[in-house]
Amino acid sequence: MTQYADGITAEIVAEHGINDEEYAIILDRLGRAPNMVELGIFSVMWSEHCSYKSSRAHLGKFPTSGEKVIQGPGENAGVIDIGDGQAAIFKMESHNHPSYIEPYQGAATGVGGILRDVFTMGARPVALLNALRFGAPDHEKTQHLVGGVVAGIGGYGNCVGVPTVGGETNFHEGYNGNILVNAMAVGLADADKIFYARGAEPGQPIVYVGSKTGRDGIHGATMASAEFDDESEEKRPTVQVGDPFVEKKLIEACLELMATDAIAAIQDMGAAGLTSSSVEMADKGGIGIKLIMDDVPQREENMSTYEMMLSESQERMLVIMKPGREDVAKAIFEKWELDVAVIGETTDTGRMVLEHKGEIVCDIPVAPLADDAPKYERPYFAPEVRAQINAKDVAQPSHMGEVLLKLMSSPNMASKAWIWRQYDRHVMADTAASSEDPSDAAIVRVHGTNKALAITADCTPRYCYADPFEGGKQAVAEAWRNLTATGADPIAITDCLNFGNPEREEIMGQFVGCVEGMAQACAALNFPVVSGNVSLYNETNGVAIPPTPAVGGVGLIPDMDKRAGFGCMTEGHILMVVGKTTGAMGASTYLRVIEGREEGGAPLVHLDLEKTNGNFVRGQIRAGRISACHDLSDGGLACAAADMALASDTGIKLAHDADSDVPMHGFLFGEDQARYLLAAKKDDAIAIIQDAKAEDIDIQVVGLAGGTAVSVNGAHHLELDRLRAAWEGWLPELMEPAAEAAE
Amino acid sequence: MKSAVIVFPGSNCDRDAHDAIERVTGEKPAMVWHQESDLPEGTEFVMIPGGFSYGDYLRCGAMASRSAILPAVVAHAATGAPVLGVCNGFQILTESGLLPGALMRNAGLTFVCEKAPLKIDNGNTRFTSRYGSTSELIIPIAHHDGNYFADAETLDRIEGEGQVVFRYGNNPNGSQRDIAGVMNEQGNVLGMMPHPERAVDEKHGGTDGLALFESLLGSA
Repeated sequence: MTQYADGITAEIVAEHGINDEEYAIILDRLGRAPNMVELGIFSVMWSEHCSYKSSRAHLGKFPTSGEKVIQGPGENAGVIDIGDGQAAIFKMESHNHPSYIEPYQGAATGVGGILRDVFTMGARPVALLNALRFGAPDHEKTQHLVGGVVAGIGGYGNCVGVPTVGGETNFHEGYNGNILVNAMAVGLADADKIFYARGAEPGQPIVYVGSKTGRDGIHGATMASAEFDDESEEKRPTVQVGDPFVEKKLIEACLELMATDAIAAIQDMGAAGLTSSSVEMADKGGIGIKLIMDDVPQREENMSTYEMMLSESQERMLVIMKPGREDVAKAIFEKWELDVAVIGETTDTGRMVLEHKGEIVCDIPVAPLADDAPKYERPYFAPEVRAQINAKDVAQPSHMGEVLLKLMSSPNMASKAWIWRQYDRHVMADTAASSEDPSDAAIVRVHGTNKALAITADCTPRYCYADPFEGGKQAVAEAWRNLTATGADPIAITDCLNFGNPEREEIMGQFVGCVEGMAQACAALNFPVVSGNVSLYNETNGVAIPPTPAVGGVGLIPDMDKRAGFGCMTEGHILMVVGKTTGAMGASTYLRVIEGREEGGAPLVHLDLEKTNGNFVRGQIRAGRISACHDLSDGGLACAAADMALASDTGIKLAHDADSDVPMHGFLFGEDQARYLLAAKKDDAIAIIQDAKAEDIDIQVVGLAGGTAVSVNGAHHLELDRLRAAWEGWLPELMEPAAEAAE
Repeated sequence: MKSAVIVFPGSNCDRDAHDAIERVTGEKPAMVWHQESDLPEGTEFVMIPGGFSYGDYLRCGAMASRSAILPAVVAHAATGAPVLGVCNGFQILTESGLLPGALMRNAGLTFVCEKAPLKIDNGNTRFTSRYGSTSELIIPIAHHDGNYFADAETLDRIEGEGQVVFRYGNNPNGSQRDIAGVMNEQGNVLGMMPHPERAVDEKHGGTDGLALFESLLGSA
């Protein structure tokens, strides 16, 4: 057998990211050498981005089922039951590589792609969130990247008319060469009207809808499967360009078509465009496909099959219709002024056959593309776990108020209003809490009901770096806690696993540790994974990002009149902490900001305590006893108290027991897990404490609301006005230094 | 009151407008597609909702002002019946000449979404009569091009005629003289950047927009 077809060389194969071993499998499955089109198709289908070849071996460790799970991983998005015959559909996905190269379009098309994953399944998207990580604030690219990414997310989400309700933004020098842009979309549908990629049968027409196919984004999936070097910016032509107006029309047209019962299977064209959408539907239906490439709507002249199959032009969908119903689709898509064309049909051959200008240009079996994708058991070693650091071993500062000021105006703690002000958070008129509101999770009402979804995105990369296993547990536990703190029942998560090069044992060790930690937390908290995405090779010139397994959690608030935020504390309220405080300082915000040390082990996550403490807090919220509730995380009690004080415009007098074996700075800034700060009226506080004692829950009175400052034991005062100015001022100063100076 | 909401392919506040009108009037408004050339028989109130009508290509509202349905809206306005344009709807009304002035890119050059403090400048209109003694409101805004501009002579004139209905308390976009909403000389066409339809519900955005729709109910 000839090793290479005409015009193909070993270099060309290597440029397609296919190694010798993988090429040998292709030769074996085809029984001949692949031509250029076929090579391109294998290249994208077997890319890390599409095949999960380094990660699949471990993703099976996640719990993915449960009584509320309607659809777990494997479809376009996960589906959960929210009662009353309704379902929530959601997923998070990365768009890291393109966003670094071209921040506006990279972030915008990330939003577009995740929206399509959700409405492809029949859901009307109702909320967007994002998890963003940028490099050091003073890095030369950071300001440009923040501005571009935020404008891109807003530019797309605002136009399609889906509110961007929440998210998180971090800065760390570990992301200097590779930013992370993770976008999450949540939609709603009737539980009996979900659409899947599976379900196609032979003899059905394949209908292409949406935008025309152009030459943009060719090999985007391959780019996202390799690390960066100094020449990466030359990859700009592989970044796609989005058009949210077309997406908006596509959403409406698809939902209209879905109401007609004419669809057999449907799939959006995301990474690897026409190739992956057609292969996935054929594979899931166990059938073959034949496409006539001449009929594909094209934006440019003389496009080759290779270009059309690998293009990542945005806002396109592939629909397999029930026979004879093509006209239904045509009428709807023409009304919305979108391209629609029958470009082929399903077959019973199990092969993918492409015809262009009267010639067969590709004829390969479908199964190997999907099933024989390489699956690597990459070698790894578990990183050495760093020793715990307790506050007792950390020097005590002299003025706690000044420390608090410094923490609250540090990059990761400072207000992100400059960002979320650019996102339409209110369109669709169901947003009960978004980034602007004092709530640990975004709250979006289920339209026309009195119940709501609580949604959050969380991860603490510095914990994952210090201890991947505990860090993985913590990411899940914090999402669960944030939902609980609003009064919601946490239901399930989606994840976006961002790591460096998995071919390095150290990085693979981080990946495995995080996945195993997350899996353990998901199992213990009955919080299964229903969808997700893996983004590897986030590294530049051999320097990897901190391990960042972002978690998107979704929960249900059954009655919107029984929920909590942290903005309703008033003078005289008693402040209590649920959960045990030991003064854990390892990998803490305090150590990093105040002492400039990124040292020590991550705080330990006791999942049994997470569960009992969280269930207790939720019960008290629903009993109507809690006026304000905030989970304790970065910066510990003092930062949570500062958030509550700012949001409520009321001071807090914290009280530290001098006889306690936890020193004052450990009490204030320690990051022990499984804790919540509660504010309640005196009578309610007494009842809460009695219940806690009866249930053997740790609870401690930590202060009293009142005044205009945060103080400790009558000293260490920090006036709220000064705190607010510093907290609000940091990000505008970074982004608009000239404007600040001019004012 | 029979109402109609105009729907362009890029409208995205059409459902919110529909629900707000239904909540106040008790009647579902007709949803009128941009390619229609007539309003439903007996329509009293027309609302042009926010969004990106035709993707905001060319200039916000410019293409929509030349759309098939617009002549019917113009004719409806000429009868003296109430027309309300919100956000993109305001842009369409200025582009079509029903209202004076123009809406430019925000002075800060970024999209701005916030709960904006507003002052009622003219409480004696068919859009504001039910606000009574209330003169300050909080109504959400969300736009990239809400910077109201007109020449000084026009501004003096519309201020003199009481056509400025709302002003910002904390000008978020650079609008001339803090103008957030203006009406035509006859007082039956109002355009405003803030979204009253997002402020008709305790659980979302507050209720400061309710009285605007209630005022219409009494006047149509």
